[in-house]
Amino acid sequence: MNVLKYFLVGFLFGIVLTKSEAVSWYRIYEMFHFQSFHMYGIIGVAVATGILGVQIIKRRNIKDIKGLPIEIHEKDRGTARYLIGGISFGLGWALVGSCPGPIFILIGAGFLPVIFVLIGALIGTIIYGALKSKLPH
Amino acid sequence: MNIIYQTWPWYVSGFLIGMVMLALIYFGKNFGMSTNLQSLCSMTGLGKRISYFDFDWKANRWNFVVVLGAMAGGFVAVHFMSDSSNAAINPETIAQLSQLGIDAPNGKLMPEALFGDQIWQSPKSILILLGGGILIGFGTRYAGGCTSGHAISGLSNLQLPSLKAVIGFFIGGLIMAHFLLPLLF
Repeated sequence: MNVLKYFLVGFLFGIVLTKSEAVSWYRIYEMFHFQSFHMYGIIGVAVATGILGVQIIKRRNIKDIKGLPIEIHEKDRGTARYLIGGISFGLGWALVGSCPGPIFILIGAGFLPVIFVLIGALIGTIIYGALKSKLPH
Repeated sequence: MNIIYQTWPWYVSGFLIGMVMLALIYFGKNFGMSTNLQSLCSMTGLGKRISYFDFDWKANRWNFVVVLGAMAGGFVAVHFMSDSSNAAINPETIAQLSQLGIDAPNGKLMPEALFGDQIWQSPKSILILLGGGILIGFGTRYAGGCTSGHAISGLSNLQLPSLKAVIGFFIGGLIMAHFLLPLLF
């Protein structure tokens, strides 16, 4: 169960992202052209569910599965890294239509050309790691 | 049972994605897919040369299991839960894409023009996929998160940095979708 629960959560995530078509290049293109509400609806309801859940966890001091207090990390302060990094990711997202989750989901589903996107993403990660100390954060 | 094969509505999908994030919080973890890119690089021993990769990636093994589950979920959804009504995008979008020479979905999730078998013989197509990947890897790690870590987890916890990141995602996405894609196709 220890490992299985992560697999099952991932399995649900893979099915939902595929069946909602959030993994589809077409849906991302359509979203960035404001030609459908679909993707905005998905992200909006996911965030609304998340906000509600996180508030319940905080207000009722709900413990995690091991009985430990739940701590949700605050993001580091800053602006440059979020905007510049965000713009870079957005450019890639709209070009190949997949964010990191869908890259793996699509490869699993058998879309082998997406392997090139994964190789690129690993190269991009290495570039960031190598330049990290020289970049504004 | 048609509901299973059709495109799942946004309110069902959004709710389930929110629950995935909450389940991981309940397990004492957090929802973030791009962290796996850093862990994969660290696994290869890059930490000896680059300090960003010098951490205990084994502590993130649970996240690899989530990824494996997601890959299996994608496989099942595509091979056993799909039909020709899928990816019914806006007809206006289809007309716009055909002007760029990009094929209509007709039930497919991905356009042949970018992900078809012919790309193995096309250096330009491979460069587009690699280039998109580099922007994604560099950008998500620089911003410290992607759609799952910032747009879903961060905004759910009302984090201002995540809002800045999501604004960045949209600036980049709009520039690509409106100005750069037409130059590339």
